[in-house]
Amino acid sequence: MCALSGDALERMSVDARPEVPAVPHRLATMSTIDSAEVVRLAGLARIDLSEDEVTRLAGELDVIVQAVATVSEVAGADVPATSHPIPLTNVFRDDVPGETLDTAAVLSQAPEAQDDKFAVPQILGEEV
Amino acid sequence: MSVTYEDAVTRYDPVLGIEVHVELGTRTKMFDDAPSPAGGTEPEHANQLVTPVSLGLPGALPVVNGTAVEHAIKIGLALNCQIAEVCRFARKNYFYPDVPKNFQTSQYDEPIAYEGYLDVELADGTVVRVEIERAHMEEDAGKNTHVGGAAGRIHGASHSLVDYNRAGVPLVEIVTKPITGVGDRAPEVARAYVQTLRDIFRALEVSEARMERGNVRADVNVSLRPTPTSPLGTRTETKNVNSFRSIERTVRFEIARQAEVLDGGGSVLQETRHFHEDDGSTSPGRVKSDAEDYRYFPEPDLVPVAPSREWVEQIRATLPELPAARRRRLQGDWGYADAEMRDVVNAGALELIEATVAAGASPAAARKWWMGELARTAKSQDVALEELPVTPAAIGELQTLVDAGRINDKLARQVLEGVLAGEGSPEQVLTARGLEIVSDDGPLLEVIDATLAEQPDIVEKIRSGNLGPMGAIIGAVMKATRGQADAGRVRELVMERVNG
Repeated sequence: MCALSGDALERMSVDARPEVPAVPHRLATMSTIDSAEVVRLAGLARIDLSEDEVTRLAGELDVIVQAVATVSEVAGADVPATSHPIPLTNVFRDDVPGETLDTAAVLSQAPEAQDDKFAVPQILGEEV
Repeated sequence: MSVTYEDAVTRYDPVLGIEVHVELGTRTKMFDDAPSPAGGTEPEHANQLVTPVSLGLPGALPVVNGTAVEHAIKIGLALNCQIAEVCRFARKNYFYPDVPKNFQTSQYDEPIAYEGYLDVELADGTVVRVEIERAHMEEDAGKNTHVGGAAGRIHGASHSLVDYNRAGVPLVEIVTKPITGVGDRAPEVARAYVQTLRDIFRALEVSEARMERGNVRADVNVSLRPTPTSPLGTRTETKNVNSFRSIERTVRFEIARQAEVLDGGGSVLQETRHFHEDDGSTSPGRVKSDAEDYRYFPEPDLVPVAPSREWVEQIRATLPELPAARRRRLQGDWGYADAEMRDVVNAGALELIEATVAAGASPAAARKWWMGELARTAKSQDVALEELPVTPAAIGELQTLVDAGRINDKLARQVLEGVLAGEGSPEQVLTARGLEIVSDDGPLLEVIDATLAEQPDIVEKIRSGNLGPMGAIIGAVMKATRGQADAGRVRELVMERVNG
């Protein structure tokens, strides 16, 4: 997944999990998920959901959150929270330029392009 | 506005908060190996410096640029910060075309550096300590160009064009704690703070830190309160101010504007504002309904950054001399008075004088040239000193000519005039214009003889011991030689001729 060499390797410690503090409490706790919360999240994520979908997702997400809550109950104070499944820190890359993509190839994937740029709809209320 | 800034600061206590973003000058981007436009790669066209990571293509995985982390630690140390033993990246979720992944990879509650300070020196020598809350790593966004009107329409609607060359350029964002107690000097403090940071970025060689290229950008928060002991007022945040002068003007404008709102019994809205270069005003920005709801969470594609204490100390040991320390050292070396040094720094002449001294001029002579003749020339042409078409090396050479007695101060100014006019080096101008002091007595005697021959009565007076008219004779000779004679030598030769 990454090229490591020289200094980057030296700085890398393979098992540094004990040094990694818990994920902040605020991130580790979740409230129950109701329809209103699903509607709010869908709005933030720009996902258009029907009423049926909102109701269904609220139920499904709530089950997931409760399942996570159960895991939290099992995990004792001696199990540190983690943000990553692999106990690594300091995975760095050397500052050496690599290959870039071909602009024409990149833009060929876009619905619209102009002057080597992606053309996108103007965002309402955005100042020009 | 009816309330002036001067009036506003007599009745309200301004509080500042400044967020500075600096683009690091690493060769590659923060999370991928695309060449960075802030790191010496000038793109030829839009969307050239992109990889799947820069574009947020599905499945693309980021890898942290180790040099960018090192730069961030350098900045943290230079700002007297603590360096985190462990910190993480987080996703800041929002939807905007300049962020192709729909989130910006940033740091949230675990910045790499925190709790520091920076001592900022104002133009009159007053030092203000600015407390630093944090400095964290993140990535820059792409650039939107908004296209409106009839030309270049897509489907009949105005649209935006997006270039991702800048997307993913490493940034460090430095956030101050509320800056209080600066009163009517708030605009000056804001400006000096960002200027001091800019100088530090350059000294650390972590960024070219060119304001005009957007390498350094400031978000300026301003609030007012009735007295210094009142609770903090509601603040506004003016985004992306990118020149020192604009930073100062933003603070002035917001203080006056907010005072007027408060005077009228209104309350200041907490909002994002934009600065307008043309009239120095600010106006409300886009209202984001989902502002402050970025749903931050730890970036699962990146592992924590845990700089070892050994690494941090190793970086600390290699920090270069910082600008404030350098100024103190140079002032000591050069023997300038405090006021002289401040003038030199304020005039942007420090580097120029340093290079001129290195080119052989004495510190006093170097200062005399840059703060005198050259400062006047720059002012009359309305350009910065460093923009004048003359190098410190040339000024050093000019002064060497003076020191060697080949030209006097007056001739030196004429030589400088030629250098500024693009006539070549001081030596070349001196030769081409024939300005060298006439040290050969032959031609000088011819002039003296001619002058004396015209005024036999004066010769008689001098011969009889009346030296009064001597000045007139020397003046006439100097005039005839266009100032190229050494007045002392002329006097000696006249005496020899008259008494000979």
